[in-house]
Amino acid sequence: MSDNLLFAMEAALNGVTVGIMYSLVALGFVLIFKASGIFNFAQGVMALFAALTLVGLQNGQIPFAPIINAAFGTSIHNFGWNLPSLVAIPLTVLVMIGMAWAIERVVLKHLVNQEPIILFMATIGLAFFLEGLGDIMWGAEVKRLDVGIPQGMSSWVDETTYNLFGYGFFIDTLSLYALGIAAVLVTGLVLFSQYTKQGRALRAVADDHQAALSVGISLRFIWVLTWSIAGIVALVAGIMWGSKSGVQFSLSLIALKALPVLILGGFTSIPGAIVGGLLIGVGEKLFDFFMQPVIGGATENWFAYMLALVFLLFRPQGLFGERIIERV
Amino acid sequence: MKMTTFAALLAATTGLAAPAVAQDLHFPMLNYRTGPFAPGGIPFADGYQDYLTLINERDGGIGGLPIRMSECETAYNTERGVECYESIRGDNPLIIQPLSTGITYQLIPRVTADGVPLHTMGYGRTSAMQGETFPWVFNYPANYWDGASVAINYLLSQNGDSLEGKKIVLLYHNSAYGREPIPTLESLAASNGFELVLIPVDSPGQEQSSQWLQIRRERPDYVIMWGWGVMNAVAIQEAANIRFPMDHFIGIWWSGSENDVVPVGAGADGYTALTFHGVGRDYPLYDDIQTYVVDRGLAAGNGDQIGSAVYSRGLYAAMLAVEAARTAQELAGHAQINAAEMRAGMEALSITEERLAELGLPNFSAPFDVSCQNHGGGGAAMMQQWDADTQTWSLITDWIQSDRELIGELATADAAAYATENNITPGCL
Repeated sequence: MSDNLLFAMEAALNGVTVGIMYSLVALGFVLIFKASGIFNFAQGVMALFAALTLVGLQNGQIPFAPIINAAFGTSIHNFGWNLPSLVAIPLTVLVMIGMAWAIERVVLKHLVNQEPIILFMATIGLAFFLEGLGDIMWGAEVKRLDVGIPQGMSSWVDETTYNLFGYGFFIDTLSLYALGIAAVLVTGLVLFSQYTKQGRALRAVADDHQAALSVGISLRFIWVLTWSIAGIVALVAGIMWGSKSGVQFSLSLIALKALPVLILGGFTSIPGAIVGGLLIGVGEKLFDFFMQPVIGGATENWFAYMLALVFLLFRPQGLFGERIIERV
Repeated sequence: MKMTTFAALLAATTGLAAPAVAQDLHFPMLNYRTGPFAPGGIPFADGYQDYLTLINERDGGIGGLPIRMSECETAYNTERGVECYESIRGDNPLIIQPLSTGITYQLIPRVTADGVPLHTMGYGRTSAMQGETFPWVFNYPANYWDGASVAINYLLSQNGDSLEGKKIVLLYHNSAYGREPIPTLESLAASNGFELVLIPVDSPGQEQSSQWLQIRRERPDYVIMWGWGVMNAVAIQEAANIRFPMDHFIGIWWSGSENDVVPVGAGADGYTALTFHGVGRDYPLYDDIQTYVVDRGLAAGNGDQIGSAVYSRGLYAAMLAVEAARTAQELAGHAQINAAEMRAGMEALSITEERLAELGLPNFSAPFDVSCQNHGGGGAAMMQQWDADTQTWSLITDWIQSDRELIGELATADAAAYATENNITPGCL
């Protein structure tokens, strides 16, 4: 097998794992859009906020310490304990559920029946608020996130591919874990929406708000539920991306990677988010591999959007999205 | 009311209410404490502000006049940086330090027209070191081309003075900043016989697997990085993932802070970077910062950044600004200097070992002089290495001088092109 073909296979395999990381972010968007028709601009910031909260809890950091110190002349920064991930993660989940409840009470409740663009604008405001809140609560410095997921080259993949092709492929172990976690997450979401009462209610609301209300489903409860699940998905995305780069503000920009995934897969389809992520991931890696010698690399940022644009021309609803039919 | 009566009344009331004109020295700060690059912007801003606070608290200002600080948030965004400048240009700013190469490029024609000195320490337009073409712009003590040259000189010293046949990758932020060292490295590659491979990373650089797969395929001897923000930590993590030897991975000074290595943990051990100032807080000046600033509750941050790489750089930038103001006051013969006098002070700045010791920063910087012809200082830098166990940087070389002959040639050519484009007749003011 030629070297170029092997290198291309390695790039494609890395594209699969990177694509799954994109999908983890896109899933949060899909959940909220499906249930409430809101494009949640704050999804990336929710991932950042969740990761900041997790690290803060792990390290025993005192939230709002700078404000407390400035107000009372104290010099406190830390509780003096370190929480294991198994405790810190459930606590962060509780914080995200609390945040979902607060968002419903403070923002969404007052915007029922408003145009989608109004709700979208509200999520932009929410993004700015959460950015600031995260900074004030936990500080803006870069933080190391370690929940015990191993990183580095997978020796198993390296050895296996070496035995097969005479060239060992590089795959980051963290990405392999991301594959597994995404599979569990999607399976869990499908089981939840198909086989639980709340899941069925969620799907009913997604199909028709009015009809769901008429049979006694609480729209407000469904919104809290949806934002809670999106918060948990954001936590998973925050953990995976934060483990790669540390937890810092730019984590919120991973949302930009999710947009082309959504356009490809459709805004209302969970499998679409996965397939869209894989297409973007593999596509951008292969495009970069073949075109880098010609145009000099750094193609990933724009290639994903170009691919999404082409899809928009032929299939505006995405691969798995619901066809939009508006009757005049 | 008749207009004359109204005017008289207004004059009387405003005359009574108007305070005496404040005597101070305005040092504006274009900071970025928000946005994706805030983790680097905050410690720099804290170091800059803490030093100026120290001068006010300990010395009563410069030459008896207090320093007035004003802060404008740029978020490392060029448009916002220009807006900041426009908002302060009428308030007698003595020096502008924009802390961004993008903002620098936009401000060069503006400050030249307005007569406000611009200091871009270790960033900005490299050819601005040619003071006769850029009389209002200063980039001492070192610039990007110095950085590229120092990195290659260091590698020469590690390889028996020959890089013949070696392969060196430049992994760079795909922006004006990241592309700055390319001409210098291409010249050095030609003269030293090494192969240069250019690999760009689009901002912000959260995902770099393509770039590191390419590096793995290329099997370079060394990787030099010109990164900023999250790009640095991700690159160091990816290097650790592919088991690239960390002591063969060299970052420019903007890729050599705690923010870049701490998130990677043990994997970052041995990573090296350039620096044009000392590391750590083992300098007498930091005791004064503690006593006069932190202990009095006047610190810009919560005090935990003191001694970090970027905090020290901010402090260094403030120290150079204060020393230039001091020089300007001596030249002008009065304390209340204006921007033109400040420019003269910057052009006459001399940083000596004795002065550094007096300031409580012995050997913190390489000694250098500024002149009308040379706004770029000396161009020396050191190498620092990260120890993941102790979480500290330590210096592994003495000062390494850049190839100022080559850089001078490149800068002269670039400055001449700029002068032609902008109808500038080079000369001293």
